[in-house]
Amino acid sequence: MSDTLLQAHELSVHFGGVKAVNQVSFDVRRGEVFTLIGPNGAGKTTVFNLISRIYQPTGGHITWHTPQGMVNLTDRPAHSVAQLGIARTFQNIELFEHASVLQNLLIGRHVHHQTGFWQNLLFTPAVKRSERAFRAHAEQVIELLDLQHHRDSTVAGLPYGVRKVVELARALCTEPQLLLLDEPSSGLNTEETDDMVFWIRDIQHELGITILMVEHDMRLVNLVSDRVLAMNQGQVLALGSPSDVQNHPDVIEAYLGSADDVSHLRRTPP
Amino acid sequence: MRFVFKTHYDQDINLAKHGGHVFWYGCLMLMLLACPWLLAEYWLAQLTFVLIYGIVGLGLMLLAGFTGQFSIGHAAFLGVGAYTQAVCTQAGLSFVPALVCAMGLSAAVGVVVGLPALRVKGIYLGIATLSFGFIVEEVLARWESMTGGNAGIHIKAPNLWGQEVSSDQGFYYLCLLLAVASTLGVLNLLRSPTGRAFVAIRDSEISAQSMGIHLAYYKTLSFAISAALAGLGGALYGHKMQFISPDQFSVLQSIDLLLMIVVGGLGSVHGAFLGALFLIVLPQLISLSKDALPDAIGLAPGLQSLVYGVVLIAFVLFEPMGIHGRWLKVRTYFQVFPFYRRGLFKRQKTFQKSDRLR
Repeated sequence: MSDTLLQAHELSVHFGGVKAVNQVSFDVRRGEVFTLIGPNGAGKTTVFNLISRIYQPTGGHITWHTPQGMVNLTDRPAHSVAQLGIARTFQNIELFEHASVLQNLLIGRHVHHQTGFWQNLLFTPAVKRSERAFRAHAEQVIELLDLQHHRDSTVAGLPYGVRKVVELARALCTEPQLLLLDEPSSGLNTEETDDMVFWIRDIQHELGITILMVEHDMRLVNLVSDRVLAMNQGQVLALGSPSDVQNHPDVIEAYLGSADDVSHLRRTPP
Repeated sequence: MRFVFKTHYDQDINLAKHGGHVFWYGCLMLMLLACPWLLAEYWLAQLTFVLIYGIVGLGLMLLAGFTGQFSIGHAAFLGVGAYTQAVCTQAGLSFVPALVCAMGLSAAVGVVVGLPALRVKGIYLGIATLSFGFIVEEVLARWESMTGGNAGIHIKAPNLWGQEVSSDQGFYYLCLLLAVASTLGVLNLLRSPTGRAFVAIRDSEISAQSMGIHLAYYKTLSFAISAALAGLGGALYGHKMQFISPDQFSVLQSIDLLLMIVVGGLGSVHGAFLGALFLIVLPQLISLSKDALPDAIGLAPGLQSLVYGVVLIAFVLFEPMGIHGRWLKVRTYFQVFPFYRRGLFKRQKTFQKSDRLR
């Protein structure tokens, strides 16, 4: 398939005896919003950590498709994943707390810096030019996500909802091709979630960025996802359109338990 | 109150953010240039020590305050710098090449010491650097053919292109020049991608890595720069003291250095110099006040250590941001007068931190 961007092939990771992810295969197509759902502990975030190379898989591999050819992601060191064009956010927000919002966004530009240590030490005109360009790009992201008001505030003083947006902004500053969003709506109120829906669509359509997302809020999932993958206990349950997956019997069983499970709990009428 | 109207990105990039900065730092610079005429010889020597310790503090600040890697063995780098300078100048090298050797060797040693930082962090890194400090002190004492052992070693006055800098004024200007150059270098790094990578590592290694920052490279780099600055400070220290022995680079010196940056204010470049000022001025104040105190207190042994300890505890409890943090509060008080509120600098406590994954 030519339009595949990222492919996971029989991906497994075991922690001791726990099979956190077991033989999971999927492919993310260029330009789509692909969502992972599943109950807590299903292994969704572990898949993210495998893609961003925080964990080493015990089996299987991940390939990254570029116009130049395929790259085996599992051979790459963790810091080079961002250079390939994969950015991520974290479930519990991992911002640089004691830096300003603007500095956080500029750190997002790190993969694009061309200047060496000695140039930086002397702050040569080349460094100044690149700093201006970084700032101009960060300002575009600030405008897209309406962060003008918080530009110079320290992250440590910001409310949770804003931090979520700042983290999204920082990921966008790396100019990714694939954006990994780990529960973008967790901790947000309905209004903020609506904004998030709007931004995710914008990022997909206006910026042409492919999104791989973990999400629990099914309303958000239905609104933005092109395809959904349901997982439970480290294994794939179903893959398809949002409505197909939600009506899949295995998925219903994973979330609600099977009909047999509950029948004996029913009180039989006297 | 000053409102800076920003119309160009350069206003955020430039070192001087507004005219006030240019004016006040210009005044400071003029004051420092005029000091040899204003101050008595003794106080000029103390000011020279402030500059020297400021350079060392700058290095430690970059490592501990900006990269988040604590070193309790920083006096060892000071020692490596001082001894390299002594050996090189005795071998006939002039000041500048010897200084390059001292900084280079310190940086190389810094890289080696930085290696454990790739594996361990926090208190464990502290202990690794502490033991490194002991090793260096021991090597300086035992390697008699090179270092002269516990008997110490003499350092000649710096020789700049055949010109001997023997006067106190000349040496003061030399230190001032190097202190200003190091400060500008550190400030440049901090406003460039390198410095931001350091800050990123300090605040969250896991997301720094996901932003494409090579942790091993930047941690090692931070150790190298920090050690090089300590080596530079060490070389100047050696020239100033004219005589160095291993016990000047003991663990107590390392703790003094750490105390200096904590009291100065972790995470600020000002803090390095404010801390150095504190470290040099406090013993003077104590000895001045000794006469005024009753003999039972004034002549008690360990008075200085006690005051140091109390001051450190007081800072950690009441002003974790150090002298620089206090200064910011005082300045803001006057800037927004009369609207200052007590909670203005309060930081929201964050209880949620994701598991660090290792």
